[in-house]
Amino acid sequence: MDSALSAAISIAFHGTAFAMVLYLVSVGLSVTMGLMGFVNLAHGVFAVAGGYFMTTLIFGLGIPFYLAVPLAVLAVALLSVPLERFLYRPLYGASDLDQVLMTMGLVFMSVAVGKYFWGPTAQPFYPPTALSGQLEFGLRSFPAYRSFLIGSGAVLVTLLWLGLDRTRFGAQIRAAVDNRRMAQSVGINTSRLFTLAFALGSALAALGGSLGAEIMAISPSYALDHLVYFLIVVAVGGLGTIRGPFVAALLLGVSDTAFKYLLPEFGAFFIYALTMAVLLWRPRGLFGQA
Amino acid sequence: MTTSRQTDVVARFSRRHRLHPLEALPWLLIVVSFFLFPDYLALGAQILATTLFGLSVDLVLGYAGIVTLGHAAFFGMGAYTAGYLAAHGVGAPVVGMIAAMAMAGAVGFLSGLIILRAQGLSILMLTLVVCVMLQEAANKATSITGGADGLQGMEVAPVLDLFRFDLYGKTAYWYAAIVLFLGWLVARTLVHSPFGRSLTGIRENVARMRAIGTPVFGRLLTIYTISAAMAGAAGALIAETTQLVALNAISVDLSGVILVMVIFGGVGRLYGAFVGVPLYMIAQDRFSEIDPTYWYFWIGLLLVIVVMFARGGVLGLMELLWQRLPRRRDR
Repeated sequence: MDSALSAAISIAFHGTAFAMVLYLVSVGLSVTMGLMGFVNLAHGVFAVAGGYFMTTLIFGLGIPFYLAVPLAVLAVALLSVPLERFLYRPLYGASDLDQVLMTMGLVFMSVAVGKYFWGPTAQPFYPPTALSGQLEFGLRSFPAYRSFLIGSGAVLVTLLWLGLDRTRFGAQIRAAVDNRRMAQSVGINTSRLFTLAFALGSALAALGGSLGAEIMAISPSYALDHLVYFLIVVAVGGLGTIRGPFVAALLLGVSDTAFKYLLPEFGAFFIYALTMAVLLWRPRGLFGQA
Repeated sequence: MTTSRQTDVVARFSRRHRLHPLEALPWLLIVVSFFLFPDYLALGAQILATTLFGLSVDLVLGYAGIVTLGHAAFFGMGAYTAGYLAAHGVGAPVVGMIAAMAMAGAVGFLSGLIILRAQGLSILMLTLVVCVMLQEAANKATSITGGADGLQGMEVAPVLDLFRFDLYGKTAYWYAAIVLFLGWLVARTLVHSPFGRSLTGIRENVARMRAIGTPVFGRLLTIYTISAAMAGAAGALIAETTQLVALNAISVDLSGVILVMVIFGGVGRLYGAFVGVPLYMIAQDRFSEIDPTYWYFWIGLLLVIVVMFARGGVLGLMELLWQRLPRRRDR
């Protein structure tokens, strides 16, 4: 009985940590796909870029972790602006196929660039000393870094939701998701809004990629390997929402951990089967607008 | 005046599906290549089989307009079916091929039954999910598929008990060429038939096709099943000629790469796969000696460029050139 309880707690804990990383990486994708209607398969590229920049800053330049992560995030956000302007923008009105192909091209390029500059193997990741080791919670101990992941994820999620609900920028994004033309005609500069939203989504992905490097190792094929999971979070959660993907990420993170722990012989099979069932039941996702 | 214009239009329509002399070119090249490049027949057989796979993708993508990121599911299904049979005493290639087509077609029909009701992004997601689901099943069902080690112990009998698969790949080459030819015949007949025209109509405007009474779902399901069976045949070809089936036969990577090959050739033109697949695979064969990873960089870059500037692929560019030529002569 006790072992079952401890297994359940362990699954919930590690699943939630995984979910936080998944959510941070994917939430920007939900905004891009919902706001611009853009099928962006290359979203993982921003996450892996964040991870790579972070490792270079820490191991190459000796910059401490707490400074390296924001710097990497900032770098990715800045990089994403010209990408949005020159590659994404011309394809906003284009067919799904064109968007799929262009972003698939970006993914292929990222695989080669990652291998060229950082080598074919996964990047090592060591949490800073203050966050390594175990934390004691009552009778149990949990890995400190994953506790930090869950905590910082929760803070970020709260900030993001408050930001979208309470700020002018958030209101503009919500308006543009609901009805782009209407938003434009009441004077919202949607072109600038798209760029900003894209940069914000990329920054969040970079944050998820760098903080989550312990769970999803940074390697050249990162954007390709985890693509399906990012898409599942967004498609199951619902496009254009930011709460939906959170629920979807929690479901995916916890059930993935549970299945791999309890039924390793089936791997991710049930995850995919569940995804299919949800998509058939609600084609626009759990929280998508009909 | 009107009657002459009408007959003109009718004549043009009936000319559409008549064989153009240029359409003999791929077959001529396939025959000539056999004699010109005797050292590359094994690669040649793989190119021919992959062309068939590309053709099956073109049918759903180029004609019916279904963006699929999971067509390798059917390719892999065919490959594993043929491979499993050959590893368990049923080594006759043609039998394996028919079984592979039946299995892949059945999977195509069943998954199509579910996913083709969706639209846009969710259909794309669902094709992807079907593919990863089957891949995970193949990965974990090690007793049937060999899992990550690949299917081993295939013993493929001679084709029709007459032509043994040889070391140089001669039999493999002709076998693949003939299967590809049959696939092309089916595809060509289909796309020029009223059924094929209705698919194009669905691609261009679903609402209007529904309004004039086309059973949209049935048409899509039919072409999806046929295309899946064709992809299964291509998978069986690869399995039987290389005597090897690995997990990547059923991967999303392969689904993406085959899409890329067809796009490079030109989508919705029936011959896109005949141009794109050989170009891609020959270039890959040449460049892979340098480093396969950097190969992906150039492919990615080329893909971005094609989408941004050359939407029709190689055939689209050639068509553009062709249209420019006579105008100059007029001047």
